[in-house]
Amino acid sequence: MPTEAPTLTPADFASDQDVRWCPGCGDYAILATMKKVLPQLGTLREKIVFVSGIGCSSRFPYYMNTYGMHSIHGRAPAIATGLKAARPDLQVWVVTGDGDGLSIGGNHLLHCIRRNVDLKILLFNNRIYGLTKGQYSPTTPLGQVNKTATMGVIDNPLNPLSIAIGAEATFVARSIDVRTKHLGEVLKRAAAHKGTAFVEIFQNCNVFNDGAWEYASKKETMFDSVVELEHGKPMIFGKNKDKGIRLNGTEPEIVELGKGIKEDDLLFHDEKAPTATLAYLLSRMQYPAMPTPIGVFRDVDAPKYDVELNKQVEAAKAKKGEGDLNALFSSGDTWTVA
Amino acid sequence: MSTNHKQVSPLPSATIRFAGDSGDGMQITADQFTRTSALLGNDIATFPDYPAEIRAPRGTLAGVSAMQVHFSSDEIFTPGDTLDALVVMNPAALKTNLRDLRKGGILIANQDNFEKSDLDLAGYDVNPLHSQVLEDQYQFFKVPMTKIVREVGKDTGLTTKEVDRCKNFFALGLVYWLYGRDMEPTLRFLREKFATKPEIVDANTKALKAGWHYGETTDAFASTYKIDPAKLPPGNYKTVMGNQALAWGLMTAARLSGKDLFLGSYPITPASSILEELSKFRNFGVKTFQAEDEIAAVTSAIGAAYGGAMAITTSSGPGIALKGEGIGLAIMLELPMLVINIQRGGPSTGLPTKTEQADLFQAVIGRNGESPMPVIACRSPAECFDVAQEAWRIAVRFMTPVMLLSDGYIANGSEPWLIPDFNKLPKIPIHHPGPRENGEPFLPYQRDELLARPWAIPGTKGLMHRIGGLEKQDITGNVNYEPENHQHMVNTRAKKVENVALEIPLQQVDGPEAGDLLVLSWGGTYGACRTATEACREDGLKVAHCHLRWLNPFPRNLGDILKKYKRVLIPELNMGQLRTLIRAKFLIDAQGYNKVQGRPFAVQELINEIRRQLGQGGVQHKKDDAQIAELAGTAANGG
Repeated sequence: MPTEAPTLTPADFASDQDVRWCPGCGDYAILATMKKVLPQLGTLREKIVFVSGIGCSSRFPYYMNTYGMHSIHGRAPAIATGLKAARPDLQVWVVTGDGDGLSIGGNHLLHCIRRNVDLKILLFNNRIYGLTKGQYSPTTPLGQVNKTATMGVIDNPLNPLSIAIGAEATFVARSIDVRTKHLGEVLKRAAAHKGTAFVEIFQNCNVFNDGAWEYASKKETMFDSVVELEHGKPMIFGKNKDKGIRLNGTEPEIVELGKGIKEDDLLFHDEKAPTATLAYLLSRMQYPAMPTPIGVFRDVDAPKYDVELNKQVEAAKAKKGEGDLNALFSSGDTWTVA
Repeated sequence: MSTNHKQVSPLPSATIRFAGDSGDGMQITADQFTRTSALLGNDIATFPDYPAEIRAPRGTLAGVSAMQVHFSSDEIFTPGDTLDALVVMNPAALKTNLRDLRKGGILIANQDNFEKSDLDLAGYDVNPLHSQVLEDQYQFFKVPMTKIVREVGKDTGLTTKEVDRCKNFFALGLVYWLYGRDMEPTLRFLREKFATKPEIVDANTKALKAGWHYGETTDAFASTYKIDPAKLPPGNYKTVMGNQALAWGLMTAARLSGKDLFLGSYPITPASSILEELSKFRNFGVKTFQAEDEIAAVTSAIGAAYGGAMAITTSSGPGIALKGEGIGLAIMLELPMLVINIQRGGPSTGLPTKTEQADLFQAVIGRNGESPMPVIACRSPAECFDVAQEAWRIAVRFMTPVMLLSDGYIANGSEPWLIPDFNKLPKIPIHHPGPRENGEPFLPYQRDELLARPWAIPGTKGLMHRIGGLEKQDITGNVNYEPENHQHMVNTRAKKVENVALEIPLQQVDGPEAGDLLVLSWGGTYGACRTATEACREDGLKVAHCHLRWLNPFPRNLGDILKKYKRVLIPELNMGQLRTLIRAKFLIDAQGYNKVQGRPFAVQELINEIRRQLGQGGVQHKKDDAQIAELAGTAANGG
């Protein structure tokens, strides 16, 4: 992207609209981090578009002083695909949530990812329907009692990253709303990726599902419940960096370092692995059975739909010449009436 | 290829139907006949009729595929009511099509396909070819097509099964001889189509010529027929099918407005051929996106429209139902795009390959909330080319999605098209606001005199703005839930669509400016309504005809026109949807003539209805001979 833009500040990316999320909502931290990251990317504001669906997270575009569209429930990936196909020069972000992206818009998300359209998809996962006030979502844990599950949720929840990896995502990452430094780095990595970058962000809904990610965001627990992925590094976690992940057959297990176990015995992260096996294995690790991984799971290169489509246009023009309508009209059998 | 030893009878026009099993190649046979007749200068109109199944059970009534061609030395507007000639390749085709053949018409049957098993599949107890009534009532020719084709094809190196597939070209050759058509265009087609398979070219060529020679040398055929070229307006012509003309019209509209075309679409009968056609033209800057579903098809187009492309989505009724929410968004955002519905029989999956015009309500009012959009309809295959450009002109002038209605009958039908000169077509002006340096906020919903908003596209400096499906404040576009604002915005969006009437032509009337009856029609019934009203006027009846291109809004002089006639008759292939809209809008007692059988109107039934409305009494049809009715079956729906 060109960097001819004057040096911008986070304030330059704020629209003139009042932010209307509930006080204490995790969305504020994500919005602030985004405004902080974008000036560092150097992309011109007019070249950036935020597209969203419906839900609390989907109000995001209104608060960004870029181009933006707040659309309809679940359809943002499809809208963004059309936009990016028509305008490959734009940097397009999709903001969605667990209900918008995984329930009503699940099909679009799946197909957008498998096409590897050059979009940055941010899925704010708060494990609840917030805007409609507290119904369970596709990521709400089993057994949770809420407005539409008065005897407890019996729908087995989805794992967003496993879905994305299953759909052949070329960039998959996870971060946490309040861990803004980590989140900022992940957003920068997503922006730099060419192809669909899928980022799950643990986001707290303090009104309808407060504390859903407490284990991963509270200082007291997060070091023992979360493992930060780093490319080429062994998987070590714990407040004292004394625990690691080791592969036992095809299953990961927690081991304590020392006591005969060296770093070399641990699982090493490889976000560039040609197959998605490791990324998928990591996506299955969940607290409390295992520490939940955050960071970049996978970052590989593959053909991008929007790029390939526009390449076809250029190739066709190079081969057949710029289309000539008069020649087309007169092609095949014609006759003349005098 | 002289036929001078036989009599040549001149005819003004003729209608022929080729009918056989789905695998018999009837569509390609009739298509070749159409193209050759067009090249000869005849006016032509066609009506393909085929089952929804790709290969319905062989030899059954449900598996019959047929195509009808009306060719004429005069200008014609329909594929014809009754048949002058019928070619049947098997008993099922005879049974389902015989009722449409006029008495004294030509009936050609492949007698080799009337074995016991074939008869059983069609439900005949005895072989109808032995029926005396066929000999008495028609010019009946039993031809051993399979036997002859096997004989001429035996040295081509093809298997018997492969050779048998050439029998449609034998039938075509025989009909070419009968109507004095030149074989060369079809021979050229064979050479090009099967360039890498000379043995197939060889076998089909031999079959075609054998058919021709069979007619010439067999005593059974006493006469051939001659249909002179039609006196069409001067110019260069080619044959186009409706969906092809529509696709080309869309590409033309893109060029005329300086846009690249983006199509988001999902395969559905009978709209898929637009997606297929447009996907051939990447070198015209055409981007086709085969979406994961109908919803993604429409919403991807909305994304492309926001990006500044000429955005289109195509489908048929069931798909349009799924697109409803997306169309509402486009209305709310006020972005230009085309939503194209190639209507088919409904509701639900309905009759995928049959025609109907029952999606008018869906187009005009079929969305949540107050969500008006302009609606335009095509009337014939070639006219689709013009309608595509007209629809896009309005979409960009008013910043609105436009619904374009066609139907299966138009989509698959073909007719001559007067080839235009692209350079002489009117440009479609589009203005995008340019970059802004002064830092003043951009106002995305500030409107012009016709209430259209500006189309600012991402990438333009200083025009950053957000749009969305929530109600918005006029001018700024900021989210706004105030009661008076919502009323104002609903009124504004409605008024904007009403303003379209200021930019479309006044309604024209064919026939007397006032009188006893006005026939008001829209869409694919144009040809039948025009032909019927012209025939009634020739009989001295004061009948006029208005055919609507715009269904929303109506042309601004339509109300005045309607009041000048004692009666208004609205024939529709639905249960009265335009009639309901007309009654509601103009408070007149319009009468309907309605049919939903998956088939177009016959001209004669409209003439009968017009006469009935005027107290003239319909033309009485002689009752079908009981024996013919029996041969034609009772369950069969006639091709």
